[in-house]
Amino acid sequence: MLVYGFINSVILMMIALGFSITFGISRVANFSHGGFYILGGILTWYGLIKLGLPYFLSAGLSIIIVGIIGAVMYRVVLVRLRGLELSEVIATFSLGIVILELLRGLGVFGYEFRNPVFIDGSVEIFGVGVGIQRIIIVCAGAVLLLILHVFVHHTKMGLAFRGVAQQEHTALSVGINPDQVSMLSLAMGSIMCALAAVLILPLGVISVDEGYDILIKALAVCIIGGLESTLGVLVAAFIIGYIEVLTSMYISSSLTSVIPLACMLVILLIRPSGIFGKSKEIEERV
Amino acid sequence: MSTERRRERIDRPIKAVTDDIFCLSSMREIAYLVIPRILPIVGLLLLGFLVPTYWRKVIVITFIMGMMALSWDFMASCGLTSLGQALFFAIGAYSSAAVNHYLGLPIYLSIPLGTLIGAIISTACIYPALGLRGIYFSMVTLIIPLMLMRVVETTGILGGTEGITGLTHFPGMFITTTISMAALWATFFGLRRLIDSDYGHIFVALKDNDRAVEASGLSIRWFKVQAIFIGSAICCFCGAFMTHYYMSVGMSAFAVDLSIFPIAASVVGGMGTLAGPLLGAIILGPLSEALRTFGSFRVVIYAALLGTFIVTLPEGLFPYLARKYQQIERWVEAPGGISED
Amino acid sequence: MEYLKIENLRKTFGGVVAVDNVSFDVEQGTLLGIIGPNGSGKTTTVNLITGFLKPDSGKVLFKGRDIAGLRASKITNLGIGRTFQMVKPFYRLPAFKNLVVPLFSPRVKRMGGHYGEKDTLALDILEDIGFERDSAVPYKPASILPHGYLKRLEMARVIALQSELIVFDELYSGLTLAEVASISPMIEKLIETGKTIIMVEHRLKELFKIAHKIVVLDQGKKIAEGSPREIMKQPSVKKAYLGVEL
Repeated sequence: MLVYGFINSVILMMIALGFSITFGISRVANFSHGGFYILGGILTWYGLIKLGLPYFLSAGLSIIIVGIIGAVMYRVVLVRLRGLELSEVIATFSLGIVILELLRGLGVFGYEFRNPVFIDGSVEIFGVGVGIQRIIIVCAGAVLLLILHVFVHHTKMGLAFRGVAQQEHTALSVGINPDQVSMLSLAMGSIMCALAAVLILPLGVISVDEGYDILIKALAVCIIGGLESTLGVLVAAFIIGYIEVLTSMYISSSLTSVIPLACMLVILLIRPSGIFGKSKEIEERV
Repeated sequence: MSTERRRERIDRPIKAVTDDIFCLSSMREIAYLVIPRILPIVGLLLLGFLVPTYWRKVIVITFIMGMMALSWDFMASCGLTSLGQALFFAIGAYSSAAVNHYLGLPIYLSIPLGTLIGAIISTACIYPALGLRGIYFSMVTLIIPLMLMRVVETTGILGGTEGITGLTHFPGMFITTTISMAALWATFFGLRRLIDSDYGHIFVALKDNDRAVEASGLSIRWFKVQAIFIGSAICCFCGAFMTHYYMSVGMSAFAVDLSIFPIAASVVGGMGTLAGPLLGAIILGPLSEALRTFGSFRVVIYAALLGTFIVTLPEGLFPYLARKYQQIERWVEAPGGISED
Repeated sequence: MEYLKIENLRKTFGGVVAVDNVSFDVEQGTLLGIIGPNGSGKTTTVNLITGFLKPDSGKVLFKGRDIAGLRASKITNLGIGRTFQMVKPFYRLPAFKNLVVPLFSPRVKRMGGHYGEKDTLALDILEDIGFERDSAVPYKPASILPHGYLKRLEMARVIALQSELIVFDELYSGLTLAEVASISPMIEKLIETGKTIIMVEHRLKELFKIAHKIVVLDQGKKIAEGSPREIMKQPSVKKAYLGVEL
């Protein structure tokens, strides 16, 4: 239980991280997150099965392609809508739906749409058999967090990112181009999203409905953790992850998907800005 | 040396004259004012009752969708941007279905009751999220219907995945069309009246500056509750109506396209104008029917249209047309290169 | 019993102490000025008193009742009105309709005292505050009004609310000298009619002319309190302002 909860939590964290990074830096809520996720998975599948590319090449390519799509989306669409929150949301949301429903229309449905695991087999941890894929996910999650931390806190670009996140206009006045940073943040978020897809999707079947699920999960985790806080995402992922596993073990597995909603509503009632959200308290009270 | 050009906009003389009601002096001026107002009403009347039966069904659905769009637009102009209008629709649909199916109430009771009960439940569902603003609110409204759908699916309450079937049908097509059209116009004029009243100004103020509303001694949460109640009641009526129209209710009441349609209609028609969403719905409704054969590509086309409009014509069709109707546009040379407007 | 008594008010923002055990009181019918350098916690104090922030600890006693932590709208209805440093009009509404919103508040309903239409009343208030009645100004949307008018609109709101205790948060900031000169008499008039006023201000010269008592904040702490004359002599105040001639 402990082990499965842990893995489940890391999976949730990976899903939510891309969304949270993008929002934290550029304040763009990327509602096409779910679309990018499935796109990343399906591109890998296409490269692997249809084009016969080696696994890692195809995975790498699909991650890069999704990253580019994210950046292009910013350059072409979002740059014209900066500051109009509502329009941004509608634009990204509709792009996500275009991707997902297009894939559905093209016939992405069924058991054949499935990425193989990286390495087959399982090991035993604390007396529980765990697939190697899941262990890879956990390791990748840890590495990702580490890289992210180093990047944000110890590189020049990370500094620029933080600058834009805190005060866009001031950042502009010291020679940082917020548009460029925002574009990069979207590319980064999309890359993380695709990376998560490549790692996690081999555990199941690629399906369009999963795309909506992913978006909901990412949102729920981010809202509970506080939208711009990476630490919050981590903590919230663990909270939801463990609660999900606990519910499916002791109550009913059919209720698992309801739990994030319940958590979210409770958190919203107590602390509207999330557990680690530092967002201005004044705004939150009104 | 290249001279820049800019677009100059001047009110048409007739507009300047008719702005003041006392100056109406010719039939032409009266017609200028009256035609754009009468045309849609008469047009819809003709459309609603004269077209063949198949298209009448489409028109009834269009009317209902128009109401959904109006409700979305009203809520959005109160600062409550919902991405999950389907939630209200579904709650209304299920409430009236439950009232009709389990309590056996007749249709003229189940629709009003369903609307009322649905609006109360909807408001209660959204209440926790009312402390949130802007996209935070949108995110939550996106999640709630999808989650509730899961609840119905997994717990099997209210018919589960099967839904509730065998509900009372409307007595006839004529009555169906009449009710839906009357409801549409009542919603449209009612909301317009509301927004223009002093009471309605509080809702406008809510979006402009909620802290100042609080500093005016009004609890914004309470007024948001009222706004949600009004908005969701409209959607719940739509849900209740469609339930009886289809004689069944199912999981599809939560579907994403029901959330997308009102947004698409508002964006295409022009957000915050009320007339815009109506126009948008009248364009998109039949269009989506015509696209029915494309299956899931229909939603793709919707969403793509939505994206295109929000980037290229953010003001929407209605304000665009209104401008064309009221103003002369021409290109003039702008020494010094002034950009448009 | 003091009219308004602030006791050991404290507020932290994630480790930063914005307001640190501040206590002072205000007598009815007087004007209290709160001054201090940027970031000294003035606006936070205002937000704590008016309910826009919830204090970590401490009390705000208004006529003997602890109002700390109540909702802002509730506090407004008890009779404490405020203006905002950054003007907050309802941009889509005409100026006079901006006042119709506070006229809907439970306080105005309870106080009664006005007859006729809300619109007429709103126009009356605006005229008193310097909007020319017969001009187009009150009918223009707030989005196109100049800053000076918007500041007056903020004042008009608390007048419409018939607040007995009014908190002005940097009312003078961004105004020209002439505008300040036209608003100052209005404030004096408000005191004459029995209102109590708290002013948070950077323009010390104008404030000291009309204030009865001054509280000086620095880094969240109260460093001095007294009449304007006493405050000007305090060395600690000079140190806090360092470079500002008093």
